[in-house]
Amino acid sequence: MDFQVGNESRTEDGAVILIPAEGVREHLVVVGNGMAGCRAIEELLARDAGRYRVTIFGAEPHVNYNRIMLSPVLAGEKTFEDIVINSRQWYDENDIELIAGDPVTAIDRAAKTVTSRSGRTVGYDKLLIATGSDPFIIPVPGKDLPGVISFRDMKDVDTMLEAAANGGGAVVIGGGLLGLEAAHGLTLRGMKVTVIHLMPTLMERQLDEAAGWLLKTALEGRGQTILTGADTAEIYGEGQVEGVRLKDGRDIPASLVVMAVGIRPSVALAREAGLDIGRGIRVDDHMVTSDPDVFAVGECVEHDGNVYGLVAPLWDMCRSLADGLTDRHTGYRGSVTSTKLKVAGLDVFSAGDFSGGEGCEDIVLRDASRGVYKRVVVKDDKVIGAVLYGDTADGGWYFDLLRKGEDVGEIRDLLIFGQAFASGGGQADPKAAVAALSDDAEICGCNGVSKGQVVACVEAGNCTLDAVRATCKASASCGSCTGLVETLLAVTLGDDYSGERATRTVCKCTSFGHDDVRREIVAQGMKSIPEVMHKLHWSTPDGCSSCRPALNYYLLCALPGGYRDDQQSRFVNERMHANIQKDGTYSVVPRMWGGLTNPRELRAIADVVEKYNAPMVKVTGGQRLDIFGIRKEDLPAVWADLNAAGMVSGHAYGKSLRTVKTCVGSEWCRFGTQDSTGLGVKIERMTWGSWMPHKFKIAASGCPRNCAEATIKDFGVVCVDSGYELHVGGNGGIHVRATDLLCKVATEQEALDYCAAFIQLYREEARYLERTAPWIGRVGVDYVKSRIVEDDEGREALRARFLFSQSFSQEDPWARRAGGEDAELHQHLAEVRPMEFVV
Amino acid sequence: MTVSNNVGDWLDIGPVSQISPGNARTLPVRGGEEIAIFHTLDNQFYALVNKCPHKQGPLSQGIVHGNVVACPLHNWNISLKSGEALGSDEGCVPTVPLKVDAGRIYLLREAVIPSRTARKAA
Ligand SMILES: Cc1cc2nc3c(=O)[nH]c(=O)nc-3n(C[C@H](O)[C@H](O)[C@H](O)COP(=O)(O)OP(=O)(O)OC[C@H]3O[C@@H](n4cnc5c(N)ncnc54)[C@H](O)[C@@H]3O)c2cc1C
Ligand code: HEM
Ligand code: SF4
Ligand code: FES
Repeated sequence: MDFQVGNESRTEDGAVILIPAEGVREHLVVVGNGMAGCRAIEELLARDAGRYRVTIFGAEPHVNYNRIMLSPVLAGEKTFEDIVINSRQWYDENDIELIAGDPVTAIDRAAKTVTSRSGRTVGYDKLLIATGSDPFIIPVPGKDLPGVISFRDMKDVDTMLEAAANGGGAVVIGGGLLGLEAAHGLTLRGMKVTVIHLMPTLMERQLDEAAGWLLKTALEGRGQTILTGADTAEIYGEGQVEGVRLKDGRDIPASLVVMAVGIRPSVALAREAGLDIGRGIRVDDHMVTSDPDVFAVGECVEHDGNVYGLVAPLWDMCRSLADGLTDRHTGYRGSVTSTKLKVAGLDVFSAGDFSGGEGCEDIVLRDASRGVYKRVVVKDDKVIGAVLYGDTADGGWYFDLLRKGEDVGEIRDLLIFGQAFASGGGQADPKAAVAALSDDAEICGCNGVSKGQVVACVEAGNCTLDAVRATCKASASCGSCTGLVETLLAVTLGDDYSGERATRTVCKCTSFGHDDVRREIVAQGMKSIPEVMHKLHWSTPDGCSSCRPALNYYLLCALPGGYRDDQQSRFVNERMHANIQKDGTYSVVPRMWGGLTNPRELRAIADVVEKYNAPMVKVTGGQRLDIFGIRKEDLPAVWADLNAAGMVSGHAYGKSLRTVKTCVGSEWCRFGTQDSTGLGVKIERMTWGSWMPHKFKIAASGCPRNCAEATIKDFGVVCVDSGYELHVGGNGGIHVRATDLLCKVATEQEALDYCAAFIQLYREEARYLERTAPWIGRVGVDYVKSRIVEDDEGREALRARFLFSQSFSQEDPWARRAGGEDAELHQHLAEVRPMEFVV
Repeated sequence: MTVSNNVGDWLDIGPVSQISPGNARTLPVRGGEEIAIFHTLDNQFYALVNKCPHKQGPLSQGIVHGNVVACPLHNWNISLKSGEALGSDEGCVPTVPLKVDAGRIYLLREAVIPSRTARKAA
């Protein structure tokens, strides 16, 4: 397919400089036979076909084809012939000389000539550079091995098709638009594809965490392996690629590696020619470079500080270029772009800015049953960004609103439901729009409830959201139609309906309460925070500082050993395993089992205090020592020293078991009835390390004099002659609350078993950040008794679940950190010193 | 989509992979203010002086959500884009111009390095 078109006006060796004679058409030479170069000529022909004599140089041995359709060619949905834009006939008919397969290697601006690789030199009056982009190749060992390619032109597709014919494994490096389209095509061609993506979210430039998670899940469902947060260490193989090794040691065998990590404007030729280059070839609004006779369009240019990697801006550029070349200067003013992923069956759309910011408001709609996620970002009543997953029908409409900067204040409340809904009959008021819906319009997709049914239900006397949910089931499942049902209540009841939310929601990101969220996590077997946010229709893309920690805890509690704790959802103290103080330093409290210590521990603490210049050590109310003023960089070293003396984290910072306070009990005290100290140590050994809805304190006193103040603890033991009184739900804080007596047991083992069962009940049923006192205040101590005291089997099951969960949580977090885990949380990124800096 | 860097104007502080999403890391500046560099869950990067406008809490240690960080000391919400306190709280922390290019993070030199001449407004 070599279209070297001859030209009789040139001599045999082709090395002659052709200078146009006076009065002859000006000669326009185009470097780059790609999408922008040819489009520019099409635009020019449409305006003034006879104005210029045109010569096009192309590095590729092809006529002009639609590069974006290489993906369908790879996927087998199209052939090369299908994607040709301009056949050879077009060049002939328009008297365009195409010199294909012969790249231009030099431009001489003084002589106004270009020279190609074959040695051909051609003169120009006007020169248009449209060299596109070069794929970015990451500089890893093995990048030059045969079988390592990029995805840019027809040659790359041919190489991929050859490799695919032999089957086997393929690795695509880069989970952006290009990489995923390559992965999709190779999967359809029968290869076992692994996508390696450096970032944690696929297509992170275009998608947010929520949409990225959906996409990843869908691609995995199609058999691809998606490794996010994965960094390539090397590509290996003897004379041919055999696989890829990651920095974390993982090894993926592959006979083909496609690098799709990004592109750079192809500017080498222009730079050599001395043109002004920034990120690309700098052009003005008329696509003129720093040389008035040289123009540039396409991905190789930088306009107003922007470079583009999509075709839409090229069309705008080519229009203003052609206008300028035909003397009707209009000027290019930059482009807003939108992206669609071309993978059959996966609808992904994104446009504009969705990084949020001052005055930006996110409108989010999630429909888990249909796998839909929509997010529109509005600022000053204008759409400034949109991400759509699963249903992209309204992408064009949002993009249009965005580009035109249209005022959407009037339709804001209905915007997210799409064009049909929002502009339905020109109803600006959401109430009116809902009122105008036909009776058989579906309100609740989950339960198939129509508007007529909801209205009938309200008219039958169900005047609250809860009553409607209970009666006709509308909004009783996923909850995403809650707003619509409330509007219907308002429309139907008029002034009688003042609006309500039946439950207090977790936070402003959701219409669900804590209990609903927990129930659904368990019922649907959810496994990650993005999954919960998606399935429960969170109204924000990634939650807030209220719901993230709560979800993290609920998942942790629901999936002992099976959930990867999300550090980004933990408050600083739990992330740093120390207590932040007002000056930004930390305090460190090592565990002292039941308040007991020994010379070795005390010496180690004394040494730490001196070695790290801790300004203060204090005995806490929880019977242990608190070392103050430790810098975050020193924490791992401090912990290593304390670990060496046998001490572990005291979790004085956590929503977790804090401390078990004891008195000296029967071992020493003349009043003591039982070994309260020994029991306290046993309880602490059993319960330490457990995460809870809130902090949890325990104490054990040896007799009713109660020196350990057990009756203001979350769980307190008061020893008596005949056994152990177990107390629950006490608190010594702002609102002092004495414990309720749970029961009395005879043996130490029973005291331990009841303690474990009570903690598990609290862990499973209290809301995040609810201490035992308000929890028991809410559910009643009788309920707790019914579960712990009166239900032997239930108690035993709770205890077993607690101990199972503990088998995963009793690992000292300090030891892991001291051993180097998460070191970056403690280290500075770098340090800057005046006039020099160290990385 | 990559850029060449005018080395003189921008400080290269290393690859983006050094900060995992939802996290922040710090950059002490001798003779200047410590800077916190944030990586949001939306994969945006921001840099601010690491001092809450309320009572100088280390913002780098807060929970990041959207493009907001919740201060670890008293939970003020600070915009990573503008450095302004959000909601009913008032105050502002200086931001530092940042760009990401070819997988590396760059900070505007003049906003980082305390210079003898007047520091240009960031
Ligand atoms: C697989 C794939 C899928 C894509 N999908 C989409 C999509 O869905 N939507 C979208 O908007 N965009 C998509 N794009 C991007 C789109 O194709 C580009 O934005 C567009 O092709 C850029 O046009 P251009 O003319 O600037 O560069 P190109 O089309 O690359 O043309 C440049 C041409 O110049 C030639 N050339 C370079 N140097 C020389 C030289 N010295 N002498 C002679 N010739 C030279 C090159 O060989 C090339 O043929 C996709 C790209 C690829 C690779
Ligand atoms: C978030 C803010 C708080 C922090 C960082 C904090 C921190 C601490 C620390 C480090 C200890 C020593 C605990 C130990 O030895 O394990 C402690 C003890 C204690 N705190 Fe707090 N605390 C906070 C809020 C509260 C509140 C709100 C109350 C009241 C409800 C409270 C009541 C107590 C009591 C009674 C003790 C003594 C514990 C005991 O004797 O077992 N604290 N606190
Ligand atoms: S609670 Fe009773 S046993 Fe314990 S120290 Fe006080 S008096 Fe002695
Ligand atoms: S110091 Fe940041 S909120 Fe108080």
